Amino acid sequence: MATVSMEKLNKVYENGFHAVKDMDLDIQDGEFMVLVGPSGCGKTTALRMVAGLEDITSGELRIGDKRVNEETPKERDIAMVFQNYALYPHMTVRENIGFALKLRKTPKDQLTAKVNEAAEILGLTDWLDRKPGQLSGGQRQRVAMGRAIVRQPSVFLMDEPLSNLDAKLRVQMRAEVARIQRHMAVSTIYVTHDQVEAMTMGDRVTVMRSGVLQQVDTPQHLYDNPDNLFVAAFIGSPAMNLYDGVIGEGARSLKLGSQVVNLPDSVALKRPALPGYAGKDVVAGLRPEHLPAAPPNYDGPKLVGDANLVEALGSELVVHFTIDANRVLAEGAVDKDEAAAVLHGEGVARVAAKTPVKPGDKLTFAVDCEDMQFFDKDTGLAIRG
Amino acid sequence: MKGRKRHGWRRVINGVTISTFVIVVLLAAPLYWLIVSSFKTPEAMGVSPPQYFPSPVSGANYSDAFKQYDFGIYFRNSLIVSLVATALVLIFGTLAGYALARTPMRGKFTTMVTLLMISLFPAIALIAPLYLLMRQVGWLNSYQALIIPYTAFNLPFSIWILRNYMLGIPKEMEETGRIDGASPLRTIWSIILPMALPGVFTAAIFCFTACWTEFLMALTFNDVNTYKTIPVGIATFGTPTLTPYGEIFAASVVAVVPIGILVFIFRKFVVSGLTSGAVKG
Repeated sequence: MATVSMEKLNKVYENGFHAVKDMDLDIQDGEFMVLVGPSGCGKTTALRMVAGLEDITSGELRIGDKRVNEETPKERDIAMVFQNYALYPHMTVRENIGFALKLRKTPKDQLTAKVNEAAEILGLTDWLDRKPGQLSGGQRQRVAMGRAIVRQPSVFLMDEPLSNLDAKLRVQMRAEVARIQRHMAVSTIYVTHDQVEAMTMGDRVTVMRSGVLQQVDTPQHLYDNPDNLFVAAFIGSPAMNLYDGVIGEGARSLKLGSQVVNLPDSVALKRPALPGYAGKDVVAGLRPEHLPAAPPNYDGPKLVGDANLVEALGSELVVHFTIDANRVLAEGAVDKDEAAAVLHGEGVARVAAKTPVKPGDKLTFAVDCEDMQFFDKDTGLAIRG
Repeated sequence: MKGRKRHGWRRVINGVTISTFVIVVLLAAPLYWLIVSSFKTPEAMGVSPPQYFPSPVSGANYSDAFKQYDFGIYFRNSLIVSLVATALVLIFGTLAGYALARTPMRGKFTTMVTLLMISLFPAIALIAPLYLLMRQVGWLNSYQALIIPYTAFNLPFSIWILRNYMLGIPKEMEETGRIDGASPLRTIWSIILPMALPGVFTAAIFCFTACWTEFLMALTFNDVNTYKTIPVGIATFGTPTLTPYGEIFAASVVAVVPIGILVFIFRKFVVSGLTSGAVKG
């Protein structure tokens, strides 16, 4: 049984920096849990606390059912893959993979068998006698994984292992890592800042920000039901369009700038707390795919925007538009370039490939209100009820 | 002017190459003379005009140096003292360098600066007290009389080099070792040391050379023939009336050979070891 359980875990550094704040997280046996968040959010610190490479300031850490706060990394039976692989450059691939077993004084024939087995799972059999310097990035990454899996540990810990690979290789390795993890059925904690990696690889995803856990959920649930503004803006690419708006009577309308979007009754029904915000400011969130181009003679909820930029992807058009409503930026949720666009009031919509629109046109969007998100302007929390 | 490529004969014969050639010749000339003269007979030594190539070629100087002037003993003594001192410096230097590079310790900066100050201290100021100390302990004319001070004087520099090298090793290497289950000593031996090998070689070369050529302490502490080292031995080859140049040259050539071989084999490390850490700090 290799569950990992964090209870009110805290990490405060000597200089007073509070890196991880009261983190509660339970990882099931065999689960692939991704920790995701912007740089400096505490995800790597949390991972290193589980590994035993950082002291735990306060809180309980349990692996299996055993409290491991004071145990050394070796005693915790964990294996870790680092971002820069940390392969021993003076040892061959075979020696690298077998080092941990050698330290445990594993009998030679057992050691050789295990190393060969790991090499086969990873497709490294032909490279066993090379040194890391002679391998490509992807191969080195696989050796790093081989070192981890040969130990058959209780928990895998991975710290952004794919960040150093080029885009194409990263996509390939994502599938490899997921496949190996499923094959080994070992609980895994995987840290990344790339939300695409998080969404595609994790059984569940934990979003972190400034040392605080924001939300833990399955990828789809995280996407459809973000608990707060930060998660809403962080998950999904292109990012969710967030606007300042005012809720109308009974939550049957939403005022965005000078336009009013009529909301069907189902919106208030699904979100009982929403009518209570009538007349108040809220933040409304619309994902790009919830703004398809409205067909002619459309009379449902609509929004009219000025198209600034039209990107043809072949399968669809990505339209950058502006309306006269205020855009809301969630600190740290999007990268610099997207943030700049947000501050200019730009939104993004994904419309059908053959939509006749060009920069400078006014485009009418048929607003899909079912999955619209609403957030309290002061707390940033999702309005549900 | 900048970036103008030289063509034809100007690539080979120009200001830079000529001055380099002149400098090399000036530096190599004494060495050449040394080697050449060591094979000359006593008569051919002072001949005018000087012989630029010995004729006849004679190995008598070499055999005399060993047989008549006990050079074999001096060579052995230098070898023992230099090798042992270098070994001690490497062992302690590696451990100290690692500690200063890695362990979370207060006063690391103070320690490094103190080490630097020690290495800059002029040995001659310490000769008298050291002599008295050696005499009191009864270590005059012994191997340890040289090994201990040599180790002490060469440690600071080696610690500096080794520490800089180890700073360049990513922390993840040791963390991986920890996770794999290696004890700190095992980590140093199996992981850190192989990666810091260039630094180790550099420290070894400098230390060995310094011990091999040290004159002041060797002269002061070990003046009995059986314990003399090469520099002292060669200096005392002659008598007030006779200076055996041939044998002196021969002995010097033999003394230079090990250093020359070592530096030649490890020449890459000699340069890199001094400049490592210069970029990373």
